[in-house]
Amino acid sequence: MQRHTIAVLVNDQPGVLTRVANLFGQRGFNIDSITVGGSEEAGLSRMIITTGGDEQKIDQLMKQLYKLIDVINVTNLSANSFVSRELALIKVSANPSQLAELNGIVEPFRAAIVDVGPNSLIVQVTGDTEKIDALLVLLQTYGIIELTRTGSMAMARSVVPVPANV
Amino acid sequence: MSVQTAELQGKNGMPPVKFGEEVTGAETLLRSLILEQVEYIFGYPGGAVLPIYDSLYGSYFKHILTRHEQGAIHAADGYARATGKPGVVIATSGPGATNLVTGIATAQMDSVPLVCITGNVAQQLIGTDAFQEANITGITIPITKHSYFVRDVRDIPRVVKEAFHIATTGRPGPVLIDIPKDVSNAKAPFFYPEKVEIRGYQAEVVPSDEDVEAFVQAISKAKRPVIMAGGGIISAGADQELRAFAEAARIPVINTFMGLGGFPGVHELSLGMPGMHGSYTANQALLNADCVIGLGARFDDRITMGRTKEFAPKARIVHVDIDPAELGKNVSTAVKVTGDVKSTLQKALPLISRCDSEEWIAQLHKWQAEKPYSYKKDGEVLKPQAVIELLYRSTNGEAIVTTDVGQHQMWTAQYYKFKHTRSFISSGGLGTMGFGFPAAIGAQIAHPERTVIAVVGDGGFQMTNQELAILAQYRVPVKVAIINNQCLGMVRQWQELFYDNRYSQIDLTCSPDFVKLAEAYGVKGLRASTPEEAEAVWAEALRHDGPVVVDFRVAQEENVYPMVAAGNTLDQMVLGDD
Repeated sequence: MQRHTIAVLVNDQPGVLTRVANLFGQRGFNIDSITVGGSEEAGLSRMIITTGGDEQKIDQLMKQLYKLIDVINVTNLSANSFVSRELALIKVSANPSQLAELNGIVEPFRAAIVDVGPNSLIVQVTGDTEKIDALLVLLQTYGIIELTRTGSMAMARSVVPVPANV
Repeated sequence: MSVQTAELQGKNGMPPVKFGEEVTGAETLLRSLILEQVEYIFGYPGGAVLPIYDSLYGSYFKHILTRHEQGAIHAADGYARATGKPGVVIATSGPGATNLVTGIATAQMDSVPLVCITGNVAQQLIGTDAFQEANITGITIPITKHSYFVRDVRDIPRVVKEAFHIATTGRPGPVLIDIPKDVSNAKAPFFYPEKVEIRGYQAEVVPSDEDVEAFVQAISKAKRPVIMAGGGIISAGADQELRAFAEAARIPVINTFMGLGGFPGVHELSLGMPGMHGSYTANQALLNADCVIGLGARFDDRITMGRTKEFAPKARIVHVDIDPAELGKNVSTAVKVTGDVKSTLQKALPLISRCDSEEWIAQLHKWQAEKPYSYKKDGEVLKPQAVIELLYRSTNGEAIVTTDVGQHQMWTAQYYKFKHTRSFISSGGLGTMGFGFPAAIGAQIAHPERTVIAVVGDGGFQMTNQELAILAQYRVPVKVAIINNQCLGMVRQWQELFYDNRYSQIDLTCSPDFVKLAEAYGVKGLRASTPEEAEAVWAEALRHDGPVVVDFRVAQEENVYPMVAAGNTLDQMVLGDD
């Protein structure tokens, strides 16, 4: 099963998330992650949804999404090159004496320690899903107390390819 | 006041509407309905719609008070299917609204334009589990084309305008408007929007020239072409275009269940219905065609039998549909045309040439002659198929016929040769028992001059037979033909064929005396148990100037044939016991 990242531009109306989420369920799709927020235009929100399915099924899903009256546009970002980012907050079991050691681990990931307590600290990391997964493996040796991830935000790359620090 | 709405003022017998006056939300709603040319409302009052019913009091609208909200919505649906105009239904909050659910799903599956108006509790009570509160917009998300929860009285005109636009354009469907009681009571000056603008919604779909060219190209070389015409022909009003196209190109026509009436059933090029209980010839046509042209049909599992890879194995499939999501959804398609079938056929007609199909047509005619629909005729016992043949013969195929769901529905589709579009009204997609009788009421109200027959089973009729009260109250002359085999026939058939004759919960022998039931409602009741009685009684029913219920006591053990069992392909057709 292929992974797909779909961008859905919708009216910022009560109940729109329910309509979109319901459609995924109705057509037999699982939502792996979903982010919703404002867009470049007032009154419209953009949802970034990651899901799985073969081409034909995703094509069908996108057409069904487009039929929702509150859906303005649907794009399968996975069809072309795109930039994807996720934010994670990771509460790690550690004491302040381990701070330097942990800094050494998170720095190559361009992550940061944003809160320190007597028995735990919080790491903030942004990047694509694989990068966050990799950092989590390293932090697991200390013990992960709590984890919260935003799910992928994504955007198609500009037509002219530019070097990007992925 | 807009120019457009000014032009509508007082037209088509509609009363004039005053603009600028401060009126309640309820009055705003009704004025908006007048501007949408609504004449009939099917509904049932209750607490949350009291303001609306107060505004209705003494108004111009013809309101049909059904005895259950399900009756109201099926009647509105029958009205819509018989006319092409949107059906309008009103129900109160909570149970009133949830009683609409089956009817909304029925309309959604068959793409029927409905505007359903529900009341809700006042906004300060929303979310408190108040008396008769239900989240009906949430409940109906998967079964409506769109829905509105109105928060402000000033939104009502725009919402109504949009609702009618969405329900009736593109692929039609039901739209729900939920209005809390405080919004119905609130006041605002009445204005009506000039036009609708809904971003991201495509109302009209005219196919591109390239698509039409590809469509014509794909067809022109075919030697064994067949058109599979669905409900889209009827909703697009493309029956004349279809006929002209089929005749010009010499292409035989299969009508799907939903498409029956979209092409005359008695036409030389008509092959009848395909699929599970379709005609031998229609299924052979799909199996042997080199080109299958789907027009406003959705290749559903009652035709492909879910075996989509083996469907029409020798054919290239060409598919025209107003809904792009239908193209390639179920079967893989060589040529896809997004467009409404009427404009597609209009654009294609001047380009099409006659196909080299005479040999193919001769073969199909041979199959038709060899293997028509058939059953064992009987002089003593009344056969259900004979009843449908009688209904057809006596009305010359000119009646509007509605059905419920089950054996009688399939026999009607097989033995009644529909001549005209919008004459066959049945719940095809959802398969809703209890639909046929109230739908006939709606159709008859729309067409008082036509003969309207509700063909129902003894099972389904009892799901909505309380609407007999309507026949008497509003003098609606529907002829109800109960195909009474004293059991749930289609379930019985499957239990006989696939469950080793273990007849589980199908016995309806303890049903009421339908003649007396009709009479109790003030409706004429008749009964026939033999072929001879059937002729006489039905003639009397047709002569009678008013509603009639005819209890046709038919043979219980009849099965619907031909039949392709679920999971089999169309070549594994069982022709039956004749």
